[in-house]
Amino acid sequence: MAIIVVEVMLKPEILDPQGVAVGAALPRLGFTFAKSVRQGKRFEIEIEGTPTAAQMADIEKAAATLLANPVIETYVVTVQA
Amino acid sequence: MKVGVITFPGTLDDRDALRAASVAGTTAISLWHDQADLKGVDAVILPGGFSYGDYLRCGAISRFAPVMTKVIDAANGGMPLLGICNGFQVLCEAHLLPGALTRNKDLHFLCRDQKLVIENNATAWTTDYTKDQEIVIPLKNGEGSFQCDDKTLAQLEGEGRIVARYVGENPNGSRNLIAGITNERGNIVGLMPHPEHAIETLTGPSTDGLGFFTSVLKAMVK
Repeated sequence: MAIIVVEVMLKPEILDPQGVAVGAALPRLGFTFAKSVRQGKRFEIEIEGTPTAAQMADIEKAAATLLANPVIETYVVTVQA
Repeated sequence: MKVGVITFPGTLDDRDALRAASVAGTTAISLWHDQADLKGVDAVILPGGFSYGDYLRCGAISRFAPVMTKVIDAANGGMPLLGICNGFQVLCEAHLLPGALTRNKDLHFLCRDQKLVIENNATAWTTDYTKDQEIVIPLKNGEGSFQCDDKTLAQLEGEGRIVARYVGENPNGSRNLIAGITNERGNIVGLMPHPEHAIETLTGPSTDGLGFFTSVLKAMVK
């Protein structure tokens, strides 16, 4: 069994008000180290066995059409054994 | 002349959109997301709400609903199509309109009467307005900030495809105060504020929204 991980982030030029709000909350807890915070999404897709090239191509397609909106987001696909 | 209004799971404003279409003099037909059948309608409205609970991204899952394949084909063939609020988000996710709608700049869900200026009165949905007419209709959304890249923005501005702009302070961080846009052909319009809530003074701030629904009647008769 493998887990295919798709991580989705807003493009750097797109304002992320949720990340900004989280970033503003950190100092209130006494954590003053953060210069900025951006919030994203993580999808874990479980499959049987190790992914084939065809499956990886499908995941790529799914990421670009459904999991992420390429107009405002970028994504990275990785595989966990 | 028949106007179809699509109901997805989580749609809220289908009733008001159906009523607005009938008050404007069209025959309003309810369409269901799960049936790939437009029931012979001449125009379609994607109403506001929280289709599929806004899961993943607003409009991202609705875009793949069975009825949408028919809607996309018909709209590409010139059928008038209006997306209001969540409907606008669906149109962007379906790439029928450029850009995307993101979280309001201050994270608040806004619900208020909003002044707009109609800049393009040549679309299928706006011919009953005069150019640069100011109208007041409700704005109510949490993810209404219109975003696109610089090239798309320049194209929208250059081609006169900004249908409506917010007047006064920017309510949500939308680029260039954009409240609504159209495609090149002018048959598809996406609008964040809600004209269907402003067709009668009993329940709305004005009757300024009715023009969208009377305009499409004229577009269909033509």
